[in-house]
Order: sequence, then C-alpha cells, then structure tokens
Amino acid sequence: MSESDAESIRKQTRSYITVFVTLMVMTVLTVLVSYAHMPVGLAILVALVIASFKGSLVASVFMHLSHERKVIYWVLLLTVIFFIALMAIPSISQWDQRMLR
Amino acid sequence: MEIPYTVEARPDTGVFNAKLGVWLFLASEVMLFGALFSSYVLLRTGAPPGTWHHGREFLNVPLATLNTIILIASSVTMVMSWASLKLNDFKKYRIYMGLTLLAGVGFLVVKGFEYGHKFEVGLLPKTNTFLAIYFTLTGLHGLHVIGGMIVNGYLLGPGAKLFKTQPERFTNRVEVAGLYWHFVDLVWIFLFPTLYLL
Repeated sequence: MSESDAESIRKQTRSYITVFVTLMVMTVLTVLVSYAHMPVGLAILVALVIASFKGSLVASVFMHLSHERKVIYWVLLLTVIFFIALMAIPSISQWDQRMLR
Repeated sequence: MEIPYTVEARPDTGVFNAKLGVWLFLASEVMLFGALFSSYVLLRTGAPPGTWHHGREFLNVPLATLNTIILIASSVTMVMSWASLKLNDFKKYRIYMGLTLLAGVGFLVVKGFEYGHKFEVGLLPKTNTFLAIYFTLTGLHGLHVIGGMIVNGYLLGPGAKLFKTQPERFTNRVEVAGLYWHFVDLVWIFLFPTLYLL
C-alpha cells in the first residue's frame, strides 16, 4: 500500500471517531426528547428524524456509502423503492377499511 | 476451483464479488425487517382506540439505552479493525475485532436480562399484541447479532490465518462482515426508539 493510501485511511479513522461521538450524543438526545411529553404525532416524527440521521451516518461513513460504486447505489435504489411500498401497506389497508364502511 | 474476483474488482460491476453479494443480501434483509416493521405499524394503527399497550409500560429504557451505546461502540471497533488491516497492523486488528466480539456478548447479556425479567413476571409474546411484535422484532435482531458474532469469531480465530497468505482477500472479508454488522446496528437504531420510547 502506498503512503497516500495509508494517509487517507488515517483520515477516515478520525472521521469514525467524530461519527461515534455524534451517534452517542444523538442517542442521549433521543432518550431525553422522549421524556418531553410531546403530542404522539410529533414525538414519532422527532424520533424517526433522529433515527434516520443516525442511520444515514452509519450507512455513509461506517458502510462507506459516501464513496461507493454505482452498482451498489442501483441495488439500494431498488431496495428503497420496495421498502417505501412495504411501508405504504398499512395506509393502503386503512384506506381499504374506510371504503368498506 | 479458484473463486473469481475476491481481491480485484470485477470489471463490469467495479467491486469485488463478495461486496455486491453482501449488499444484495442486505437488500433482502431490509425487506425482512421492513415487512415486520410494517406489520408493527399496521397492528398499532389498526388496534381499537385505547387498547394498544405502549413499550414504556413494560420495557427498561436505561438498559436499552445501554445496549444502543454498546452496539454503536461495536460498530466503531468493527470499522477500526478493518482500517487496522488496511494499515497492515494485524495486532490492532485482533484487539478491535476482540472488542467487537465482546460488545456482541455484552449486548446479548443485557438482552438476556431484559428477556429473563419479562418471563419472570409473566410478560410473554401471548400477553398482548405489543409484546408479540416486540419479541418477534428483538428476537430476530438478536439472532442477527448471534450470526454476526459467529462470523466475527471465525475472522478473529481460525479464519485469521488467511491474512498471512492473502492479506487483501482477508481484509475484504472483514470489510463485508463489517457491512453486515453495521446493518445490524442500523436496525437497532430504528428498533430502539420505535419499540421502547414511542
């Protein structure tokens, strides 16, 4: 391995530590916010926004998605589309229930 | 038979085969957990008003917070073990991988305490719909932690011999094992607030 490669790995390890600290802070924040008696809808929104932010940090930095090959992005694009469809099922079913009434 | 593209990238995909393979596997994992997560939403929104039991009533938030911290820390040690191999520091690799494995044990011990306590006081999957989906989701996640630990244990123990003969191939194995381990961490990041806090 060349010297410049080694330097870039060292730079990456520093970013891992930064992400670690951020994730810890976000975890504490999630717990604190949950004690703040917010309306249910808002509480769910806040919790999911924080979780998505944490998740995207893990995916982009630890899983190296911030600099990955195109083929991986295509796989993930398909996954996202199907995942959205899965998440839409509960609302489709509610709509269905309403039609039946 | 020689396995192709374990080190160098396959020209048409641009990545070594195992990386694409693991990402496809993770895509199927997203659908597995996604389907159960969707079921959770459906069960919860479909429950008659006032009948849904919330996680807060039964679950131990401090213990789950501790487990979140343990799992995130293990993700960091996992990626550091890969970075150590990239820097050709096998000694550090063993330390970081050992810590990752230890964190996995820690997570399961904490989870074991949680489960044990619930069984003791008679809170079982059949008790109510919330507990049914709670045990399903955390149980499946726990199995994933065990699976990751088996792979990590192999890479720390007998599998580590490969580093002497084919260091790059071994480093790639650790990288894709890491992708899986981070995914397990990622799932927990969503399970923790949705089951314990909301």
